[in-house]
Amino acid sequence: MDLNILKIVIILLSINSLISLYRVIKGPTSQDRLIGLNLIVAQVTAIMVISAVNFHRPIYLDVALVYAILGYISIIAITKYLKGRKLHE
Amino acid sequence: MKFIAYFFLGMGVFFASFGNIGILRFPDVYTRLQASSKCGITSIISIFIGLIILEGLSPTTIRIIIITIFFLITSPVSSHIIGRSAYKEGILPWRKEKTKGK
Repeated sequence: MDLNILKIVIILLSINSLISLYRVIKGPTSQDRLIGLNLIVAQVTAIMVISAVNFHRPIYLDVALVYAILGYISIIAITKYLKGRKLHE
Repeated sequence: MKFIAYFFLGMGVFFASFGNIGILRFPDVYTRLQASSKCGITSIISIFIGLIILEGLSPTTIRIIIITIFFLITSPVSSHIIGRSAYKEGILPWRKEKTKGK
């Protein structure tokens, strides 16, 4: 197992996305969970682009683009779903 | 040329770690949203700039530039949507304990 700098960056970004998974699990409101999800989508997209450059597989870039689009659309859909309720009445 | 790319990659990891510390430590939805959006977009853009410098001019670079432009458009929009949803739902902003009662 040889470590170059790109692999070290991949490992550090994976640890970071695990840390932001804590906010998704424990967040008091649902908007906190959405913030954690937004950060996880960004970091996983960065991991995919780095692995596309590192392993010389350009197909991972298409996967990264589709994953970014799906994260954006899912955040819009979840906020539209949460629209009707009120906390303080 | 490689050292500039490694510098940008290290800066991306640095900003991602500080965004996560902000996510864990801040007390409110709005402050967490500020830390998340700012540090997230800065880390992603600097990692992509480092990869573009490392890769040189190739078809991979053009696709990375497309993903970068997509992130620059959609990340502020999604942060704004989350904040607007929290505001419409009636979540109050956090204040210090002293000024809470007055």
